[in-house]
Amino acid sequence: MIDLACIRMVWERDVIRYFREKSQLYGSLTRPVLWLFVLGMGLRGSAGQIGDVNYTQFIFPGIIAMTAIFTSIQSAISIIWDREFGFLKEILVAPVPRTSIVIGKGLAGTTLSLIQGCIIILLAPLVHVRIALANIVPLIIVLALLSFGLTGIGIVIAARMTSFQGFGTIMNFIIMPMWFLSGALFPAKNLPIWLNVLVRLNPLTYGVDLVRKLVLGFSYHSPVFDFVFLVGFGVLTTAAAVFFFNRGEY
Amino acid sequence: MTPAIEVARLTRRFKTFAAVDNISFEVNAGEVFGFLGPNGAGKTTTVRMLCTLIRPNSGTARVAGYDVARQQNDVRRSIGIIFQDASLDDRLTARENLRFHAMIYKVPRTEVNERISRALEWMELADRARDLVRNFSGGMKRRLEIARGLLHAPRVLFLDEPTLGLDPQTRSRIWERLLALRQEHGMTLFLTTHYMDEAENCYRIAIIDHGRIIALDTPAKLKAQVQGDLVRLETVDDAAAEAEVKQRYGVEVVRDATGIHFEVENGAAFVPGLLRELPVAVRTVSVRPPTLEDVFLKMTGREIRDDEASNHEKLKGRLKRMGRAWR
Ligand SMILES: Nc1ncnc2c1ncn2[C@@H]1O[C@H](COP(=O)(O)OP(=O)(O)OP(=O)(O)O)[C@@H](O)[C@H]1O
Ligand SMILES: [Mg+2]
Repeated sequence: MIDLACIRMVWERDVIRYFREKSQLYGSLTRPVLWLFVLGMGLRGSAGQIGDVNYTQFIFPGIIAMTAIFTSIQSAISIIWDREFGFLKEILVAPVPRTSIVIGKGLAGTTLSLIQGCIIILLAPLVHVRIALANIVPLIIVLALLSFGLTGIGIVIAARMTSFQGFGTIMNFIIMPMWFLSGALFPAKNLPIWLNVLVRLNPLTYGVDLVRKLVLGFSYHSPVFDFVFLVGFGVLTTAAAVFFFNRGEY
Repeated sequence: MTPAIEVARLTRRFKTFAAVDNISFEVNAGEVFGFLGPNGAGKTTTVRMLCTLIRPNSGTARVAGYDVARQQNDVRRSIGIIFQDASLDDRLTARENLRFHAMIYKVPRTEVNERISRALEWMELADRARDLVRNFSGGMKRRLEIARGLLHAPRVLFLDEPTLGLDPQTRSRIWERLLALRQEHGMTLFLTTHYMDEAENCYRIAIIDHGRIIALDTPAKLKAQVQGDLVRLETVDDAAAEAEVKQRYGVEVVRDATGIHFEVENGAAFVPGLLRELPVAVRTVSVRPPTLEDVFLKMTGREIRDDEASNHEKLKGRLKRMGRAWR
């Protein structure tokens, strides 16, 4: 099941490609910066204070999570490109267990997502957020956990989708709604019932909540519950990824 | 010795259409075995089943003694494959592509660098080892794929139209090397091709059409099925010429876009009489000894074409370019 050489190969390949393709790096940093500064600053006046923090500070944890979400899913979905451009065949005829390919892909997505996430974390002083030093390592662990779980979703999507036509659709109909409904942009209090239900059903809610706890010091759910939920989410999506990736024909 | 490949009543359908239809054959260990057939005959589908990439609907296949449906990992350990279409990572360098291949095939660490260098040298890519594959020409990519397929010295090597798009010198050099490797390691070669000269390298050939094997024998015996020489006539009215030749000489005639074709015992002696007696004006005439192409023509009434990509392929190519720009 665990083939270290295969995991390393899948991981190293994605990392090499990431550093070679600078446009991807810049592109995926523009989005969070835009959200943070344009939306954050724009709504700051009318949104007022949320607890002890202003609106820009309030969405800062959400922006960190967003970076992790988009980077990891995008990274996993690259399987579609690998299939389209043929490289996937090369890996699939090799004597390596599919599970190891999935794990390698998950670790690659996690690595890239942590790199991008850390860049955003470095912007904290610009929005006057002070993250306690002791919280940095837990924060990275939480982001890693969230990212690994999300690559699982990305792999399932990639395994189910036969071509890249659906790529934009997936982004617009799955990832964006999940992020909007994660409580990253508004406090999950006094919401209409339907919205509250959707927010609470969304696995990202608990990831964002835990990130908020570590960055801003407050959360809407118990951090322990958040953490347990994230671990369960990771296990579940990885299992799903292995299942669907195994079943597909290429 | 167990056969390298054993296929029994293998079938694969896409929806209701049978791409591979109940085929059976065996390939001996160390043999060079060829699949010859036109576009869409089911060659690649067969290879994909034998390589465990898709599952058969029915029938069984064993490669190196292992069942392709039940012992996939053992099969994968025993084979190498050169795919018909691109399977390199073009954002990596040539050397990186080979290094990653060596990694997943567990080539011993101490041998990796030497094997890679040798493979690159042999394919005359040594000076481009550090270049990104996306900057390679089509032929260079093809050569790199071949180098990669051989890197881990597989027991059974599948080659799906391996030398498509390569110049004749390169093709013959590759074949020299493949046959030498077969000698050294007792490697078995299974290839699909449209090229007749490439098919001549095979010990045995299966001619496949519409998913079925319609003939299987050595190249010499297959050609012996076509008696004598082949005459091709292009006339002002092929239909009339066909009827006339049939009636006058009692031979079987095939008519297609390029003219009418038939076999006669001694072509060179036959043609002068034909030209005198045929009432239809003849534009061109040619006579030649039989090739495998003629065997195919005789068995199916159609020619194997390799010059034109099917519409499907063209469309796919266009989509890929779009995707590339968009990525
Ligand atoms: N994934 C698929 N879905 C549907 N039909 C398919 C699929 N793969 C192959 N086919 C069909 O199966 C038939 C055989 O295809 P195959 O690729 O095996 O042909 P081939 O002999 O390799 O042809 P070529 O010389 O063009 O490579 C074709 O009609 C093709 O359209
Ligand atoms: Mg083919």
